[in-house]
Amino acid sequence: MSTATLDPLKLAGSKAKGKRPWFLDNPDTERVMNITLALMQEVAVIRERLDTVERLLDRDGVVTRDAIESFEPSKTEADERGYWMQEYIARCMRILQQDREAIARGKEDSSEDVADEFAKVD
Amino acid sequence: MADTERDRRPEPIEYDGPPDYRVVGRHGVYPETSHDEVARFNFLAQMNRHLSTKVMPGVAEAFEARIEPKRKSAYETRHQVRKDLVKDPMFQWWSAMRRATMETRQQAGRWVTIRQADELNDKVKTLTEGDPRLVLNPGFKQPRSTEAIDHHCMPGSYHTELVPGDVTGPANYDAGIFATTGGMLGRYNDGGGVAVAQWVQKNLPDFNPKRILDIGAGLGHNVLPIAEAFPDAEIIAVDAGAPMLRYGLARAKTMGIENVTFIQGDVSDLKGMFEDESFDWVQSTMFLHETSYKTMPMIFAETQRLLKPGGIVLHVEQPQYSDEMPLFEQAMRDWDAFYNNEPFWTKMHEVDLDDWMEKAGFERESLIHGGVAAVVDPEIFPEAAEDDEQEDYGRKAAWHVVGARKEA
Repeated sequence: MSTATLDPLKLAGSKAKGKRPWFLDNPDTERVMNITLALMQEVAVIRERLDTVERLLDRDGVVTRDAIESFEPSKTEADERGYWMQEYIARCMRILQQDREAIARGKEDSSEDVADEFAKVD
Repeated sequence: MADTERDRRPEPIEYDGPPDYRVVGRHGVYPETSHDEVARFNFLAQMNRHLSTKVMPGVAEAFEARIEPKRKSAYETRHQVRKDLVKDPMFQWWSAMRRATMETRQQAGRWVTIRQADELNDKVKTLTEGDPRLVLNPGFKQPRSTEAIDHHCMPGSYHTELVPGDVTGPANYDAGIFATTGGMLGRYNDGGGVAVAQWVQKNLPDFNPKRILDIGAGLGHNVLPIAEAFPDAEIIAVDAGAPMLRYGLARAKTMGIENVTFIQGDVSDLKGMFEDESFDWVQSTMFLHETSYKTMPMIFAETQRLLKPGGIVLHVEQPQYSDEMPLFEQAMRDWDAFYNNEPFWTKMHEVDLDDWMEKAGFERESLIHGGVAAVVDPEIFPEAAEDDEQEDYGRKAAWHVVGARKEA
């Protein structure tokens, strides 16, 4: 085990000094969102690692941990990976995109409203 | 691989976003980063970019469509606007996710630096021990403005040492700015300093400073480009945080920049340290918002005292609030003040800096105004000056310059 002076497991996630502001109506929702964001981050990390493995296999036919650690994407490769990340984040954040679109559309009919309308004969 | 398979690959895509983290400049005390730690910073840079370009515009849309119309009388202050914003789900979600991303970025950077604390601290100790260009002040009392709250959610702020000789704080700051700015500050987080140096060379072509003071220097990333632009000048970087100064000297040395001395001090009172009229140039970069109404006039008075006749003082900051700036924009710019542990940001940005400079003894005719945007390698890094998509109230890498030239 590590003989380091400081324990990153304990210290990496320390709280900053100063009362934390909470934004959502229910703090528990915000706690869940924070955990979800951390998971989003870790999925992105796994995907980037998988992408590195695939590119190394394409290039060298073999993959080693050292090769993963020292991998440097070319500009084109970095752009492809960046674009994937944007696609991934957009996918996760869909509901907020739709909230914006709802604001832009203003008042919309609900299915209940339209069902009633469609059920009228005259 | 068969050519046919290669042919099936999609054409190169048109990508507009943060560069891969691996383009950062790795000076001699830069923390080592594993593949996955890099990937974490890549995610955070992209998440910040997404929040500022795809979510934050929704706040303005909600304000126009459903917040302002409900208001019975016209808004008179930015605080009234903010108090209505916090009740709206679009602002709530953007804010909750922005705060969460800030905290996640701190955790990611602290993991990187704390896991290698012993190596980093030893490396910096070897580089700085016995070097007269590092002047620490044991027993130094932190000013209330740095001690009261951890600035921008950075646990330990600029001054905390987890162990004696600790530099994990500044190393975290250095390694993580990329994630917060999406690479807007360039390879060595120095795009702001490069811009200031170029601004001075262009606007004051005859100015040839011999001694330059940077106040609130942090780890020196803003002043190193000035030291490089004026290699014959003696540069003194003062900050309250010992870890920043220690790391700053080691960092500068490994970058081959030898003309900067790092001194611990309280920049609101440097009387015991520097004589009257002993500097040609006093610089502060994104520092005033981390002071207070009590200390800012003292800092301005000190700059006036320290400048030689004909010398200049320049403060680089985000723009001041004014009657011309819509209250909505002011409220959004206040976000960092109330929700990102920058408490003086709001009050600092409402004062008339020209008046304050005048009160400190500078002639009104001698005041200097300008604007700078981060100068980066445009082949690799996004350019703030070209970026209309990302306003990001208060975070954009484009700033105002307010200063003065002391009468000769």
